[in-house]
Amino acid sequence: MRHIISILIENESGALSRVAGLFSARGYNIESLTVAPTEDPSLSRMTILTWGSDDVLEQITKQLNKLVDVVKVVDLSEAPHVERELMLIKVRATGKDRDEMKRMADIFRGRIIDVTETTYVIELTGASSKLDSFIAALDGGLILETVRTGVCGVGRGDRILKV
Amino acid sequence: MISGAEIVIRCLQEEKVDCVFGYPGGSVLHIYDALFKQDEVKHILVRHEQAAVHAADAYSRSSQKVGVALVTSGPGVTNTITGIATAYMDSIPMVVLCGQVPTQYIGQDAFQECDAVGITRPCVKHNFLVKDVKDLAVTIKKAFHIAATGRPGPVVVDIPKDVTAQMAEFDYPKSIQMRSYNPVVKGHLGQIKKAVQVLQEAKRPIIYSGGGVILSEASGKLTRLARQLGFPVTSTLMGLGGYPATDRQFVGMLGMHGTFEANNAMHYADVVLAIGARFDDRVIGNPEHFGEEKRRIIHIDIDPSSISKRVRVDVPIVGNVADVLDEMLKLMDGGCKTDPEVADWWKQIDEWRGRKSLAYRQSERIMPQFVVEKLYEVTGGDAFVTSDVGQHQMFAAQYYKFDKPRRWINSGGLGTMGVGLPYGMGVLMANPEAQVACITGEGSIQMCIQEMSTCKQYGFPIKIINLNNGMLGMVRQWQEMFYSKRYSQSYVTSLPDFVKLAEAYGHVGMRIEKPEDVEPALRKAFTEHKDDLVFMDFIIDPTANVFPMVAAGKGLTEMILAEEL
Ligand SMILES: Cc1ncc(C[n+]2csc(CCOP(=O)(O)OP(=O)(O)O)c2C)c(N)n1
Ligand SMILES: [Mg+2]
Repeated sequence: MRHIISILIENESGALSRVAGLFSARGYNIESLTVAPTEDPSLSRMTILTWGSDDVLEQITKQLNKLVDVVKVVDLSEAPHVERELMLIKVRATGKDRDEMKRMADIFRGRIIDVTETTYVIELTGASSKLDSFIAALDGGLILETVRTGVCGVGRGDRILKV
Repeated sequence: MISGAEIVIRCLQEEKVDCVFGYPGGSVLHIYDALFKQDEVKHILVRHEQAAVHAADAYSRSSQKVGVALVTSGPGVTNTITGIATAYMDSIPMVVLCGQVPTQYIGQDAFQECDAVGITRPCVKHNFLVKDVKDLAVTIKKAFHIAATGRPGPVVVDIPKDVTAQMAEFDYPKSIQMRSYNPVVKGHLGQIKKAVQVLQEAKRPIIYSGGGVILSEASGKLTRLARQLGFPVTSTLMGLGGYPATDRQFVGMLGMHGTFEANNAMHYADVVLAIGARFDDRVIGNPEHFGEEKRRIIHIDIDPSSISKRVRVDVPIVGNVADVLDEMLKLMDGGCKTDPEVADWWKQIDEWRGRKSLAYRQSERIMPQFVVEKLYEVTGGDAFVTSDVGQHQMFAAQYYKFDKPRRWINSGGLGTMGVGLPYGMGVLMANPEAQVACITGEGSIQMCIQEMSTCKQYGFPIKIINLNNGMLGMVRQWQEMFYSKRYSQSYVTSLPDFVKLAEAYGHVGMRIEKPEDVEPALRKAFTEHKDDLVFMDFIIDPTANVFPMVAAGKGLTEMILAEEL
């Protein structure tokens, strides 16, 4: 099962390596990991996309909670939440492909944020599956680079992760 | 204002640390200088940093206090890793202070630089790098707090040399609040009530006690609870002494080398009360086989991640063992009725006991089990026994009946050969009057043998019981049983003359080759040579094996017993 774990962690040097180290030492999967300070600069918020059985997820949250720097942990996927991922994708845009690329970006509500004579950089935000479908919809030979931020997410409504 | 080095020492004094185990070097010279100028904190100079950490670890195991080690940067730190990992696996509270190159050199591959925080991270409860002298005192306070509370563990504080030279006001916080660290103490009352209910319904109960009972100083409470319930008690290797081994209700250690009765009782129990134990692979054997029997499990542990990790638990109780047992005892105060059918269960257990699974074959030569039995007699069952890792460790656990907690000092989780001798040093610093026996093997003892020199310097009268089979016996046993006797690299040739070696270090050495000499030698060591370190080299029957045995991957009841071979 796919899970999105949100972590509030002290913004200390080495905090990221404690979390990453825990995942590798215990053989848990990390599909993506994002981290940045919150509105309170002493805290960072980390989002980890992982997968595993219920037993594994139970262990992951318990082990994360055990880390001394970790303030709070929640499995977002246990309840209603929204998730987004940002992708920058650089594509070859020459000749007839130029129009086609623009059309595809429009269909997926992407924005072209850099233009050269031969390339576009398209910015696309959405659920990871939408980014996947965009990539699948393009002619693979025209993709020059993709950069994805990894998933971040937040609980809906009153579900708030705060100290 | 005082220097960072003086702050370090003042912090240790505030924490009532009476001794640290360490080894000096460039990065910690300021700290050693501050140490020199006072005499509240004693320093034990080891001969290898690994031993400093083992000794600090045993200081803690044998006293409940936090052990402290002090080492220099680079190789000083790398030499501590085995010791830190050993303490981590057994949840031992410890603070390791290490020097680091000056802050402005960090990251430049400076002389004796090593990323101490990075290299220790997977085997510490937490670690810190102190970059500003103003943070030093509060960081050391946090280190002691984290090490000793919740599920205890080692904490490393890495201190760059320039920080120890800078000046700051000394202000040691009385207490510490950390928003990210608030370990649970009290158990959930509703869960505790449920547990008491389940215990009263049990027909085939077992109390399965582990190292957590010792760590939380709960053995008195466990004993009262067990007596009130009248249930059988088994213990893990780490829990020995948590419940008196000579008591009728004690069915012995369980697990890979557990007794026939303990393993059967654990397997066939309908209710298991697990206290500060973690169902690890050496204890329950193959989890699928263990899962074949239906049972209800109550699990008390301070670490939520230990619960339902390897075995699904029905009544989880997160909390400090001593506090939870207190609540249970209160609930049962009005008297508790246990199911009368428990009497039948005892009949079954006595039948298993009748199998006498610890009986061992007699030989012309000295049997290792016999040495441990005699040691038990000679020390009146009241010694602190440290051990190394191997067959001798299992013989010690099986044949020395520990009635008190903190008397059995060994590396359970990591299984570290070489701990025995430095463990003896740590025990003696915490318990200067104690009788200390180090049960070891000719393989293990050589892994920290240099500490005989430390023992000479400080007059540690450890009695080394070397069960010398000329073999890496435990390895040989597995090769005999599972590798068709292909004894690959398990034979130790070119052993030193241990008697001469002991004498070279200035100690007393004895070689004992005949069974009838065992007891007199032990008596002599513990009376005439009471104040000496005595190296007793017992030349034992090299074919002796440890039984019962649950082979790796087998179920708890699929034991190999002594006569079955
Ligand atoms: C540091 C370390 N290296 C290797 C092992 C693997 N090992 C476990 S028991 C053992 C043999 C120990 O030999 P000895 O100390 O002579 O004890 P015996 O089994 O003969 O009683 C070995 C090599 C270990 N536990 N620790
Ligand atoms: Mg041996």
